[in-house]
Amino acid sequence: MTDEITEKPVVCATALGKSYTDSSGAVVALGGVSLLVNSGEFVAVCGPSGCGKSTLLLIIGLLLKADEGNLALIGQDIGGMSASSKSSFRAQNIGFVFQDFHLIPYLNVMENVMVPALAKPIGDAPARAKALLEEMGLSHRHDHLPSELSSGERQRTALVRALLLRPKLILADEPTGNLDRDNADAVLSHLANYADNGGSVVMATHDQEAMKRAGKRLHLDDGLKVVPD
Amino acid sequence: MNTARLVAREILHRRWSFVLGTLAVSVSVFCLLGSLAVIESFDRATDRKLGEINAETLSILKVHEDEIRKAMKGLGFNIHIYPEGQDLSEIYSKGYGKHTMPESYVKRLADSNIVTVNHLLPRLTQMVEWPEGETSVLLFGVRGEEPIAFRGPQKKGELIDPVAENEIALGYELHHRRNIKTGEDIVFRGRKFQVARVHQRRGGIDDITAWVSLPVVQDMLGKPGEINSILALECNCESLDRLGEVTKEIKLILPNTQVIEVESKALARAQARNGAKSLRIKEKGKFLKDRENLREVREGFANFLVILVALLSLVSITYLTASNVRERILEVGTLCAIGIGFNRVLQVILSRAILMGMLGSIVSIGMLALSGEIFGEGNVFDLIGIGFYGWLVLMISVPLMSGAAGWLPAFLGARRAPAEVLRND
Repeated sequence: MTDEITEKPVVCATALGKSYTDSSGAVVALGGVSLLVNSGEFVAVCGPSGCGKSTLLLIIGLLLKADEGNLALIGQDIGGMSASSKSSFRAQNIGFVFQDFHLIPYLNVMENVMVPALAKPIGDAPARAKALLEEMGLSHRHDHLPSELSSGERQRTALVRALLLRPKLILADEPTGNLDRDNADAVLSHLANYADNGGSVVMATHDQEAMKRAGKRLHLDDGLKVVPD
Repeated sequence: MNTARLVAREILHRRWSFVLGTLAVSVSVFCLLGSLAVIESFDRATDRKLGEINAETLSILKVHEDEIRKAMKGLGFNIHIYPEGQDLSEIYSKGYGKHTMPESYVKRLADSNIVTVNHLLPRLTQMVEWPEGETSVLLFGVRGEEPIAFRGPQKKGELIDPVAENEIALGYELHHRRNIKTGEDIVFRGRKFQVARVHQRRGGIDDITAWVSLPVVQDMLGKPGEINSILALECNCESLDRLGEVTKEIKLILPNTQVIEVESKALARAQARNGAKSLRIKEKGKFLKDRENLREVREGFANFLVILVALLSLVSITYLTASNVRERILEVGTLCAIGIGFNRVLQVILSRAILMGMLGSIVSIGMLALSGEIFGEGNVFDLIGIGFYGWLVLMISVPLMSGAAGWLPAFLGARRAPAEVLRND
């Protein structure tokens, strides 16, 4: 759904490493992971719980800094980027979808999907929000609070929010983890459709059905390496 | 969607903690402004009481002054002028002397350039029988004050109240025993008089005295144009030997007289007046000191209370903001993930605390308006008296302080790495 398809890789990660420290000492969450995602690709990152899928997505989403390795997004090296530049970059280029939706509880559906416009105001945001909500089958839910929605509706709302500013990359962390099969299929279809239209999707999942919907599958084994399917 | 809408929605969503914070601020501001009103009210009450004390003091002093003037009229300020041959022991024993001198002496004194005397009152006095009343009476022939020529008319008015020719004034024993009232007609030694005044008890010879016009008394006693003393009042002598000074000047004008200084009741009253004045000044000083001490105590307590309440209010704002941030940590992480920068997130969180301050100030003003006269009499805003700029400073500083109180938890919340809360591993 991006208006512009770039020739440069959307994600170019090389040997990304990340460790955490807890009471038992340093825990390696991600060790030497490399990843290349081009425009129009729907990539599923698979692996068991705790293998570092979310960590990888957070690093790619510029919410977490890797201890090792290099990362370039849309041809731009993000190594020396300031925090505010990262925020601005995220607002312009990256959309997030979370397993727990993370909708703002006191805003209705329309207001929730309009939140990204706070970071990057665009003139047609309300019209686009309405169109996306209609496309997702949520046009009758504009004024409803998240607490009044089903899980599938919440996730579709979160998806509309992620798509509002036409990002080049969608990072979806277990987007079907809390959904029934039908709703999961609907969300996956929207993500696949987004990729088909030139956007890039990186989805962390351990759902076999979800993996099948992705065009490219990567297995993250104990956070150490990426094995092409 | 804009920041204001986001903030407003959030406040409505978590309204009770917002109300609590607003109340904390309003109570704090209410205490601050209330303490100002109480202190001002106290100061005004002190000023009012001081005004009353001053007015009372002036009134008392005025009464004393009037008494002194009256006393001078009766016993003289300082001197009596008697004929040269008068035996003074007779005067001390009977209250008057039998020797007389021409009434023209008064005129001679008044027409001279005498400077040591201010008022001249001629009198003819004699103890007589009042057959109709079956008693003895000290008869006083008096007339109005003889004006001293070179000084011009009396500005302060006559010291003595003259008795008209057909009138009489009676001492206490004379009218009281016979139940005589002012305005009644009585017969005194064969002559008819109207009672012009009846005097209160004075506890002395005045109580058996009758005051009658001097020419009438002169006629009654067969001593026309004669007097037996001149009362001279308000001597202006500054030297210690004031009697010598006055005597010297009078003797030059009236060689055949003698001058006696009489113990002055006026002096005693003046001393009493000064004593009263001094006492009032002491009372006033004590009152002021007591009020000042009380004010210090009140001010100290008010300051303590205001600081305590303000601290509690700030702590509660800090706590409520921290609690709010804790509740919203996922929201903050999500906003960061969406690309909303640190400053905007901080602004969203802090707006709540600042709005608590603004609204709290307004509520406190409403509370003051509804509080009536609990802080003292009058309009509470008039008592607070901080003026337009004072209110402006208040309306700006309270939200700022409230924001400052919430700044640390807001800063820590906005600064918290979103990955910590969003990570799904």
